Amino acid sequence: MSVLLVESLRKSFGGVEAVAEVSFAVEAGEMLALIGPNGAGKTTCFNMVGGQLRPDGGRVHFAGRDITSMPPRAIWRLGVGRTFQITATFGSMTVAENVQMALLSHRGRLWNWWPRATRLYREEAIRLLAQVGMEDQADRACSVLAYGDLKRVELAVALAHDPKLLLMDEPTAGMAPAERIGLMDLTGRIARARGIAVLFTEHDMDVVFAQADRIIVLNRGRLIAEGAPPQVRADRAVQEVYLGSGSTFGGH
Amino acid sequence: MVVNSLVIQLLNGLASASALFLVASGLSIIFGVTRIVNFAHGSFYMLGAYVAFSITRALPVEAFDVLGELGPHVRFWGGIATAALVVGLVGIAIEIAVLRRIYHAPELFQLLATFGIVLIVQDATLAIWGPENLVGPRAPGLRGAVYILDQRFPQYELLLIAIGPAMLGLLWLLFHRTRWGTLVRAATLDREMVAALGVDQRKLFTGVFLLGAALAGLGGALQLPRETLNLQMDLSIIADVFVVTVVGGMGSVVGAYLAALLIAELQALMLLAPPFTIAGIEIAFAKLTLIPSFLVMAAVLIVRPYGLLGRPQAAARVAGAAEPVLRLATPELTRIGLAALAALALLPLAFGDYTVAVATEIAIFVLFTASLHFIMGPGGMASFGHAAYFGLGAYACGLAVKYWAAPMGVGLAFAPVLAGLGGLLFGWFTVRLSGVYLAMLTLAFAQIVWSIVFQSDALTGGDNGIRGVWPDEWARDKAVYYALAVALCIAGTLLLRRIIYAPFGYALRAGRDSPLRAEAIGIDVRRVQWIAFAVSALFAGIAGGLFAYLKGSVFPTYVSIPKSVDALVRVLLGGVQTVSGPIVGAIVFTGLEEQLARATEYWRAVLGVVIILLVLAFPEGLAGFAQRRWERWRGGGE
Repeated sequence: MSVLLVESLRKSFGGVEAVAEVSFAVEAGEMLALIGPNGAGKTTCFNMVGGQLRPDGGRVHFAGRDITSMPPRAIWRLGVGRTFQITATFGSMTVAENVQMALLSHRGRLWNWWPRATRLYREEAIRLLAQVGMEDQADRACSVLAYGDLKRVELAVALAHDPKLLLMDEPTAGMAPAERIGLMDLTGRIARARGIAVLFTEHDMDVVFAQADRIIVLNRGRLIAEGAPPQVRADRAVQEVYLGSGSTFGGH
Repeated sequence: MVVNSLVIQLLNGLASASALFLVASGLSIIFGVTRIVNFAHGSFYMLGAYVAFSITRALPVEAFDVLGELGPHVRFWGGIATAALVVGLVGIAIEIAVLRRIYHAPELFQLLATFGIVLIVQDATLAIWGPENLVGPRAPGLRGAVYILDQRFPQYELLLIAIGPAMLGLLWLLFHRTRWGTLVRAATLDREMVAALGVDQRKLFTGVFLLGAALAGLGGALQLPRETLNLQMDLSIIADVFVVTVVGGMGSVVGAYLAALLIAELQALMLLAPPFTIAGIEIAFAKLTLIPSFLVMAAVLIVRPYGLLGRPQAAARVAGAAEPVLRLATPELTRIGLAALAALALLPLAFGDYTVAVATEIAIFVLFTASLHFIMGPGGMASFGHAAYFGLGAYACGLAVKYWAAPMGVGLAFAPVLAGLGGLLFGWFTVRLSGVYLAMLTLAFAQIVWSIVFQSDALTGGDNGIRGVWPDEWARDKAVYYALAVALCIAGTLLLRRIIYAPFGYALRAGRDSPLRAEAIGIDVRRVQWIAFAVSALFAGIAGGLFAYLKGSVFPTYVSIPKSVDALVRVLLGGVQTVSGPIVGAIVFTGLEEQLARATEYWRAVLGVVIILLVLAFPEGLAGFAQRRWERWRGGGE
């Protein structure tokens, strides 16, 4: 059984069909890249899977369960972690507290009125931060971090409740090229080690072809290709879309 | 007959709508461009009326004789127009002297500064025109009445009815047919973009302020033949105007007109509704005019959170300074804080009864302020109507004494219950909005509570309040009551502080920092905010209850706008971002107010100046300022 199964997902904004009849699946331990030119519908797709947007049609199944139109917090509770295109962290908390927040939520302790939150699950948070190489900065404010570091904190937060599926919308946007490969390499290692299914979008084709086990290509809301990296690279329709839009493979 | 009076009421509604529209459109235009909610807009309205009064009297009649028959008309209308212009110039002066310095300050500080202006204008008006109500001249040639469906209808009202749409038309032309108007519309949509295109923002802002203030001044000046002038005109219109701009959509002039029509007609029609009886208490709609307009506002905001014709604000691209990290105080600082608190608590006992009474009040306001800080700071929800819950607590005690002759314990237990229930009810709506809209909705709810207690004489004694709300025999002694109040208030404040540092407080803060991320890690942000709102109301209720027994009486003023704003000032004075802020703010502000009220008749103006200076000097509040200094001195922090 696929961890994530998306069937005929549809969404229109006004008269514009942002996503049309998109279906795909992600297996445990698999890194699936969702690529396509700007405006192809990648983020829309993501937000429908993550619950931030309600689809007009189609279904989303997670671990055999229909999660279509569930609110994001319910989807998270089932075991879906997510990072955002523009990082979303809690600026008034330290790096460790950001992770602790997710742990507090996961352990059902949000409605506790007495204990000091900053002392709860701290070791666990530090361990998660160590996995992404951020333990040294655990006590810094999130608001002062470099962008690449914020992305890593987000990854630690997303891993906090031991998810079965990670949704990563442009996880490396805004990072230096060397950092990008590093972050996705790290993600790939963690995902394979823990058997986490990862669905990610990415503009950097180096990252995509280095890390993805499989690639699906979206253009104008429709799925135009699917397969292993070499297969997709050779696909004529894909090449046309990318060359036509001015982007090229391999460069930035 | 019924139809006739219905028509007349509808016409009355149209006439009132014009005045409301003039003021509201000014507020809306100013907000659209500068993003400042101008609390002082009601003051411009009041100034317009008073200035017009003086000008129309000062202009010598003979000077206009050369114009023959037209003379009196030119004199009167010239006076009205000049008054509007004068108010516009006052607006410019205020913009240049104060607001220009705080365009980049947090929204709330801007609002606070404009409330400082309200206070100054209030006292200036008192000093210049005196406390008596004034009656202005009638408009020449429009003194009579016409007969509409056999009913007398003043000619002047007909003119007012025409002025609303006429001004709407003129504004439309201004905004759509002139370069300046186009810039204003562009800035309303996206002011950073307009700035990037090389438009001089300062001129644009000043111009917008001139226009907005002049519109309000005109609205006030036009009231001259219609209403007696009084010193409450500013705050009484501002509540209605807030409702109108919020219902219409902030920044939308057409929306302001539609909303003004809606609200004014509704209020006019309420006057016709027959009274009815519920549970033995007669309810006269005619007296409860405020409630329907606020219900309309609540309804509109739930269906269309940005008002009828409003749209979501373009997110400011200049990211605001991130909230600082909230850290537990160091043991050293905790010890100093607790010691200071203990000393402050014991000190007044060494002095006389007066000092003890003032100290009791301060203790109560510390708790009240801490309760507001709880939702404002960690919650990020600025309540402009927190006096509602303070007042509910006070009235809970008052009603317990009046109807059940209950002992103090019952009253003090009932206070948080009633206030908490009020918080649950109003909070459910409130947490669906954010920012300015949220602030204005809370103000509206407070006005509902105010109008209920003010207007239902039978239940609450109306304006006369409820008297004889004294503590039990054992607590009659000032020092004993002080001890009780201090114990409860410090316990309550420390409890709130504890919650802020507990997981619930963190969840609340998470929802404020990034609702997107909070929802994505399983936090039900709205529910957390809702419960926080109710908890905050509950603690405010305790403060209100203690205040009732301190004063021995309960009045509608406990729920009034100035009470709510005082609470805001205390929070902002202390600093929103520090947990000790509200304590400092409450002590400083209450002490200051007390001293000023004793020292000068014009204490409001002095307070206003102090507020403005504080906003200019300490945008992070006193405690925030002290904390930063401390950290720098200790070499700690980042």
